[in-house]
Amino acid sequence: MYRYDEFDHAFVQERVAEFRDQVARRLSGELTEDQFKPLRLMNGVYLQLHAYMLRIAIPYGTLSSRQLRRLAHIGRVYDRDFGHFTTRQNLQFNWIRLEDVPKILEELAEVEMHAIQTSGNCIRNVTADHFAGAAADEVADPRPYAEILRQWSSLHPEFSFLPRKFKVAVTAAPHDRAAVQVHDIGLHLKMNEKGDRGFAVWVGGGQGRTPMVAKKVRDFLPEANLLAYCEAILRVYNLEGRRDNKYKARIKILVHEMGEAEITRAVEAEFATLQGKALTVSAPEVDRIARYFALPDLKALPAVSEAYEAAKRVDPALALFAKRNVHPHKVPGYGILTISLKPIGAPPGDATSDQMGAIADLAERYSADELRVSHEQNLVLPHVKLDDIPVVFAQLQKIGLGSANAGFVTDIIACPGLDFCSLANARSIPVAQRLSERFADIDRQVDIGDLKIKISGCINACGHHHVGHIGILGVDRKGEEFYQITLGGSGDETCSIGEIVGPGFSSDGIVDAVETVIETYLKLRASADEPFLATYRRLGQEPFKEALYVR
Amino acid sequence: MSDDVFRDGAFHAETWSFPKDDEKLPPSGPVAVGKARFLIEIQALRSRNGEIGVVLTPGESLDGIVDHLDRITLVALRFTRYSDGRPYSIARILRDRYDYKGELRATGDVLRDQVKFLLRAGFDTLDVAHAGTREALRSGAVVAMTHHYQPASAETSEGRTSTAPWRRVSS
Repeated sequence: MYRYDEFDHAFVQERVAEFRDQVARRLSGELTEDQFKPLRLMNGVYLQLHAYMLRIAIPYGTLSSRQLRRLAHIGRVYDRDFGHFTTRQNLQFNWIRLEDVPKILEELAEVEMHAIQTSGNCIRNVTADHFAGAAADEVADPRPYAEILRQWSSLHPEFSFLPRKFKVAVTAAPHDRAAVQVHDIGLHLKMNEKGDRGFAVWVGGGQGRTPMVAKKVRDFLPEANLLAYCEAILRVYNLEGRRDNKYKARIKILVHEMGEAEITRAVEAEFATLQGKALTVSAPEVDRIARYFALPDLKALPAVSEAYEAAKRVDPALALFAKRNVHPHKVPGYGILTISLKPIGAPPGDATSDQMGAIADLAERYSADELRVSHEQNLVLPHVKLDDIPVVFAQLQKIGLGSANAGFVTDIIACPGLDFCSLANARSIPVAQRLSERFADIDRQVDIGDLKIKISGCINACGHHHVGHIGILGVDRKGEEFYQITLGGSGDETCSIGEIVGPGFSSDGIVDAVETVIETYLKLRASADEPFLATYRRLGQEPFKEALYVR
Repeated sequence: MSDDVFRDGAFHAETWSFPKDDEKLPPSGPVAVGKARFLIEIQALRSRNGEIGVVLTPGESLDGIVDHLDRITLVALRFTRYSDGRPYSIARILRDRYDYKGELRATGDVLRDQVKFLLRAGFDTLDVAHAGTREALRSGAVVAMTHHYQPASAETSEGRTSTAPWRRVSS
């Protein structure tokens, strides 16, 4: 993991002092709420329906046990004993007092954390593949580059007042778990024939009210040019992005309006003036940062664990957990274990302080002290011995987090929605809870197989509904909550934006409607091995539309 | 415009005049005009006795200006709202691409919380109207970062660290 040196510590301490000063000026009345708003947003403080919310950055979703314990502690002392893991790998607390924020930031700084740029019109916390550093299919660990980007983008003097927010995601595996094609910049680390590292660069993807899949502007950008190229993209965006309408201010609109060829030309022209100068990413510096992310010292083990295999044979629950929640590790004898924060009927992504504490203990004992947060609002123990999976599973069951539902219909992504968020038009969490209860039967989930349901409570799409296999968007219709269904979205390497299937459903009708879609799929699939998305792509919208609207 | 500008830690008397578009250019002394007038009256500006400056509003590009940078000693970039960050990019392009060495002034909605960003982006003078910001600058009460993760346009005044080539330290 990255460790702060003196410089990093000094940086974060200064930022805490700066924000403390800003909060004091707000509390004394020197700053009006309007003047304070952009300042607090740059530090992750929102004013929500009931209270201030603080969003804490978890850079590229990597956490240590000590950091998770500190988050649990903050939940206990300053909030209501729980936190909410977000679709951008962050953690937010929903019941914070503004006057406590400087103290909380100090507590975070002690464990090398902060809340810088988790909101506001700036470069947001950089996200990455949540299996990064452990995945069997990655060409290299993408996190050193994410860390380099985190540093470069932190309080960047030129790019702190952009037209709109700006999100960067990094992946290094052919199977894209970081949804890079729906980010403002998506970076796909790869190796060329000579063994040099570089990036496919995607620009102008995004969700929100105008969802767009990014355009690939470079197939192989040499590693050395990473920052200069990003600086060029950001400069073109800062100067040319629309500022007349916040709904047209994201870079995706600029890419769309300028056209792929013209924006590429503008970026390349800017890049030509920046290339080879102070921002060159030198190999020694990459190596220096990469050493922080070295694979932990994992003892060599047989690829197959006899104890694990035997335990699975006698415990079907463990066998299912192994099948759904354990992914291949790059080191034989280890697995990547997903802790589902989606127990049946619970709000997606929430964890109590006690659960966080228990998970931190598990990570310390069984996962080389490391954790990841996924954009699917789950936690990950990246380095678990196969031998240890039965005991970890048993411990998770004890704290109510043993659901073997990773990637199943009940592994639902949902934004906080109208229960918390002042932007929302409709509630998301209760819909997720009712869907989860409807499909609680694990045999039914197994039968349905891979299916991603994603729910947003407004058009800003924090719940990623556009890339849900089944997406649900809450809208307000004359004061009543309605829910639109989109089908066929996907955030992976086969990225597609879901299509609206027809008129929305009432809060009472939405769960039945989703069930109708799923029952239709079960009838129409070519075989039990054909997942929902493949069936949808094969047949299109019609049979689903018919099932939903033609009675 | 105020009658003084902040530079190098102190307020100094204004030396430039900014005639309105319908006012005649003064016969002598430093004078700065908007971009449209600059482009039309460049010959008149060049032939008079006095330094030349130009004032750009957000959205106005450097097209037509860069050819005359050798004669321009003030570029003032106007912030209509501090949250409109376009002038930062213009400033950096002037300093880094065109190697502009003259005065680069931030004017308009210039507030204490952006001072460090402005200085790092290459601005060297601030035209500050906001009373609280003026007081904070005068009394040295501005709380700002001195550790930075990226090279910017204040390269000559910032220190480096032994590791990490992008890190900078300012005073």
